[in-house]
Amino acid sequence: MTDIQAWTLVFVVLTFSVYIYVAYASRVNSTSGFYVASGGIPAPANGAAIAADWMSAASFISLAGIIAFAGNGYGGSVYLMGWTGGYVLLALLLAPYLRKFGKYTIPDFVGDRYSETARMVAVVAAVVVSFVYVAGQMAGVGLVFTRFLSVDTTLGVIIGMAIVFFYAVLGGMKGITWTQVTQYSVLIVAYLIPAVAVSAKVTDMPIPQIGFGKILDELDGLQADLGLDMYTEAFSSTNMLNMVLITAALMFGTAGLPHVIVRFYTAKSVRAARFSALWALFFIALLYTTAPSVAAFSKLQIISDLSGTPSGETPGWFNTWSEVGLVSATDANGNGSIDYVDEVVINNDIIVLASPEIGGLPAPIVGLVAAGALAAALSTASGLLLVISSSVANDVYYKKINPQATEARQLLVGRIAMAGAICVAGYLGINPPGFVAQVVALAFGLAAASFFPVLVLGIFWKNCTAMGATAGMVAGLVTTMAYMIWTIDIYGNGDGIFGILETGFGTVGMLINFAVTIAVSQFTPKPSPVMRELVEEVRYPGKTELVAKHAQGELDV
Amino acid sequence: MDENERREYWRRNLKLMAVLLTIWALVSFGAGILFVEPLNEIQIAGFPLGFWFAQQGALITFVILIAVYVWRMDKLDDEFGIDEYEEEVHHS
Repeated sequence: MTDIQAWTLVFVVLTFSVYIYVAYASRVNSTSGFYVASGGIPAPANGAAIAADWMSAASFISLAGIIAFAGNGYGGSVYLMGWTGGYVLLALLLAPYLRKFGKYTIPDFVGDRYSETARMVAVVAAVVVSFVYVAGQMAGVGLVFTRFLSVDTTLGVIIGMAIVFFYAVLGGMKGITWTQVTQYSVLIVAYLIPAVAVSAKVTDMPIPQIGFGKILDELDGLQADLGLDMYTEAFSSTNMLNMVLITAALMFGTAGLPHVIVRFYTAKSVRAARFSALWALFFIALLYTTAPSVAAFSKLQIISDLSGTPSGETPGWFNTWSEVGLVSATDANGNGSIDYVDEVVINNDIIVLASPEIGGLPAPIVGLVAAGALAAALSTASGLLLVISSSVANDVYYKKINPQATEARQLLVGRIAMAGAICVAGYLGINPPGFVAQVVALAFGLAAASFFPVLVLGIFWKNCTAMGATAGMVAGLVTTMAYMIWTIDIYGNGDGIFGILETGFGTVGMLINFAVTIAVSQFTPKPSPVMRELVEEVRYPGKTELVAKHAQGELDV
Repeated sequence: MDENERREYWRRNLKLMAVLLTIWALVSFGAGILFVEPLNEIQIAGFPLGFWFAQQGALITFVILIAVYVWRMDKLDDEFGIDEYEEEVHHS
């Protein structure tokens, strides 16, 4: 066992033990505790949990790599702005009002505000979006285990599943939330330490957000010398239209993702829901403003390490990662040295995991980064699994199949649904469908096209009707899926319309959803006067009579 | 709150939202994408300005926007005498 493996093992065992302890200490025995932690999580903790829930294996492992290598550098900005800008929409347009409404799930809101048909459409959309997303997390867990501990991917995924099973099935939302608070701490420390160390080493400026300004000129120059577009040049990999559409799809998708929205139900009050959004974005921005810096430093280092290096003399980090097949360099033209542009292949996923080694940092830090990546993947997976479980147990079983079910019975169904979902997720992690990476990006488009419009209109427009919302959701979802299937490489590989990329089409789907919902609402039966009054009350944060009655189930709308 | 107070509360909430969302769009879609090229002509601390907005500035502004929202809404609640918040979560 190498030094790196030993340290990785230490950190993984240590963090996993803490998660299990925290989960055990916060186990629950009520449905309210299981689904929404009894609505009793203080704002900073809730914010940290949202941040951990939100920042997935993709954010932690892939984001910096995508910025550095998927385009020239600027192109990756869509993810940075898209995945943070959505929180402004959430905080201003959704969080306080949904919290005031005070139910367990998104389908709950959709079902109560509109109709039972709309509830079912929402359940299907929530489950599809969540499964798509969770597959990527489990694959990320497998990757970390394979690389750092040399265990088989299958075994790695099974260990991850067992941990999530333990704390999610036992503790429900309460266990998940407090575990996520711990996981956030692990992942942010693991992300910041190498970034600060590298920035200080290269530029003498320990704040990476400022430090990377000092190397941009050099990086631009290097890329220009190699005949590539400059790092900071705009629109070289993605044109302006697609930059706007993809950024918007990610923003509105963020504001429509069920596992994020449900988090505001766990806040203590309407005021705490607002503060949760603030804390969440602050915690997220810590990592998201660091990521472009990690990207720039890694790219600079990699180009100078590899470009023109004699083919037998590649650096050590390169050799370890080429053994797992994630980087390769072949001297194709036989000139004895590596040409960066034509002969190097780098997988985006290795940048963060390899950055401590590339920067020459000691073994404990490498181990810490591995533990951080696991924290990011597991925290997101558990949040998604809870959405699946609550959609099945609360919205389908309790609302449709057996409304007389006792509290204990509902909890049991919730736990069984959770266990089932974990098994499916594990299977998808071990046998990832080849298109996981693309599909995760598409989940945002689907969320934007299905949920965002009906949630916002449901709150801000009293005359939005049930039929309008149902038609809108279906129209948005169907057109977006159809366009994706038509254009994405692995399926249809069509050219699309106006060159719109499939990842950006969610924005168009969302506009279609808005248009259809508004149009159909004009000539379908208006919501009842009581419902209109209820929507009115949701807009004010204080205690109100109607909302309380509605909650008791005494309100006939 | 009576009918008039409610209308006033909602009107001021909407106004605050409109201002904040305008800034939200200006820093991201505006400075980060639509006007990125002219802004890149200006360099500050090594960053071309448009590139900085796209990778740092927009994100920092978002955090500030939510902070302002939280602060202003607290003040608004105060003014309208809302100190008791809905705290229950319910089973329907």
